[in-house]
Amino acid sequence: MSDAVADPSRRTWIAITCGAGAVGGIATAIPFVSTFAPSERAKAAGAPVQVDISSIRPGEKLTVEWRGKPVWIVRRTPEQLESLKKTEAQLADPQSLRTQYPTPDYAQNPHRSIKPEVFVGVGICSHLGCSPIDKFQTGAQPSLPDDWAGGFLCPCHGSTFDMAGRVYKNKPAPDNLEVPPHMYLSDTLLLIGEDKKA
Amino acid sequence: MAEFKEVPADAPVTEKVTVWFENRFPTAFAEYKKHLSEYYAPKNMNWMYFFGSLALLVLVIQIVTGIFLVMHYKPDANLAFASVEYIMRDVPWGWLVRYMHSTGASAFFVVVYLHMFRGMLYGSYRKPRELVWIFGCLIFLCLMGEAFFGYLLPWGQMSYWGAQVIVNLFAAVPFVGPDLALLIRGDYVVSDATLNRFFAFHVIAIPFVLVGLVVAHLLALHDVGSNNPDGIEIKARKDANGKPLDGIPFHPYYTVHDIVGVVAFLMVFSAVVFFAPEMGGYFLEYNNFIPADPLKTPAHIAPVWYFTPYYSMLRATTDPMVNVFVIVIALATVVALLFGRFKSPVKIGIVVAALVSIALLKVFDAKFWGVVVMGGAVIIMFFLPWLDHSPVKSIRYRPGWHKILYTVFAVVMVVLGYLGIQPPSDAGTLISQVGTLFYFGFFLLMPWWSRIGEFKPVPERVTFQPH
Repeated sequence: MSDAVADPSRRTWIAITCGAGAVGGIATAIPFVSTFAPSERAKAAGAPVQVDISSIRPGEKLTVEWRGKPVWIVRRTPEQLESLKKTEAQLADPQSLRTQYPTPDYAQNPHRSIKPEVFVGVGICSHLGCSPIDKFQTGAQPSLPDDWAGGFLCPCHGSTFDMAGRVYKNKPAPDNLEVPPHMYLSDTLLLIGEDKKA
Repeated sequence: MAEFKEVPADAPVTEKVTVWFENRFPTAFAEYKKHLSEYYAPKNMNWMYFFGSLALLVLVIQIVTGIFLVMHYKPDANLAFASVEYIMRDVPWGWLVRYMHSTGASAFFVVVYLHMFRGMLYGSYRKPRELVWIFGCLIFLCLMGEAFFGYLLPWGQMSYWGAQVIVNLFAAVPFVGPDLALLIRGDYVVSDATLNRFFAFHVIAIPFVLVGLVVAHLLALHDVGSNNPDGIEIKARKDANGKPLDGIPFHPYYTVHDIVGVVAFLMVFSAVVFFAPEMGGYFLEYNNFIPADPLKTPAHIAPVWYFTPYYSMLRATTDPMVNVFVIVIALATVVALLFGRFKSPVKIGIVVAALVSIALLKVFDAKFWGVVVMGGAVIIMFFLPWLDHSPVKSIRYRPGWHKILYTVFAVVMVVLGYLGIQPPSDAGTLISQVGTLFYFGFFLLMPWWSRIGEFKPVPERVTFQPH
């Protein structure tokens, strides 16, 4: 380094060059980061799915795939519907008021469905994305309380949900199971992925 | 640049060749001296010092076997699972290469965990080795990333749902979480797009960073010199030539010494590769022999053993646990106000910080704090050099109860690791919660407990018996 005094105008130029370089660098980074976003093909794959639900008998569950996620259709028995009243006190969000996974208006009721007996929900736990397993059998059993009223158990971290996919209190999952947008095309034909609003 | 050397015409051919290269590439000769033949390492290093060179060996095994696996593997959601089975069944010796790679992943964590624990016991992170430690922690982070990305590639049930759970951890971040998770997956669920990008990270991006960090780790180490079981600076006592009295050249002394470690390691490694490559489901989980099914989670999912201590901490962070954190913060604030000698503005700052933390703890879900706890457990290691205030480096000269504390720390990690493999249970959660509190207490209270007790006098020279 020489002892000569630095020329301030050159310092300014260096600052401007660095600034311009940084702008260029960020501008270049944007397309690269954008490639991480879902592709057009992935977005297009989210088309609605039609399901004929006439073959589901009371107490049975049908799983269909929508946007790569499992969607459950459960035809609940009168006893299972009755159990929803008993579980209410033990639930974290019985009225489905939380907005992380907004519940559609037509499912914002105790049974969380359009038809009381037919529950349609995304079978992905709101904790870390595992798919809960059916525990429709009532009563004491491993990993479940003795007064179990029937519902779903997430095998990953033990979150439990009632027959309407409502999460129990003090469990890792903060939210009820998501209800996808859905509508009935006829009495037995269900469309998942689209509702009347859209 | 070094002087250009002239060789006498009658010099032997070997000397002529050596000098020819030395004149054209002096760096290689200078670096060889700096890092091997004239790098002075303490002569009292014990077997705990094998794990550094073993980590390097495993890195080489992973890179070489990885290159050969990529020649046969297909990063495509429809083909990946079958291509791994193809490697196992149809590629000649493919099973060996693949088992070496899968066993190597676990072996990497075994030697790295032992390497880190060695550093903790002998205070190898203390001044002037803070950066060596920090580079090491970054290597550990990279290694976790590398293992996580690699685990998706076989596209089995555990690969799939493990990735689903970990990517959803990012979704727990307030406000930006769901978009962040979407950006990582590149799709609404873990899919082909996810597999492809994880493949790119696993075979190109992270290995480059990893190797760069290993170089930085070693260069920084060789600049400040290796620590030793006595925690004595050998550079403090030098002979007339300026060489440390207690140091011996790394080559040939430690290169030959490390061969013993390499042989012992390879015996164990080969035994696992040939006789127990699945290691009872700990190295290769049984559910991963089932192809990925996005509609069905396996009955019990758990990460591979090396992640389970941290995974236990994640699971331990439930709503009651968050309340415990609130109480701990409140108590710590009261103690700081009563016993800390702070000026009033600092005290106000402490109270404000405590109230903000408590408010945030209650506002955001326990799910998010679980992720923070899990990440914090790894990040806290970076601060170890500044948390330890003990007057001596090595555990050898610290009070007896410090040794007990380090033993308990190791036991807690093993217990947390075990519980992380098990299905969730009430008793398990309670034990994990106690373990998590111990883990953080160990580090966060270290500035206080590490100075308490009767320290033994540290000798002038290293403890060494010639044999």
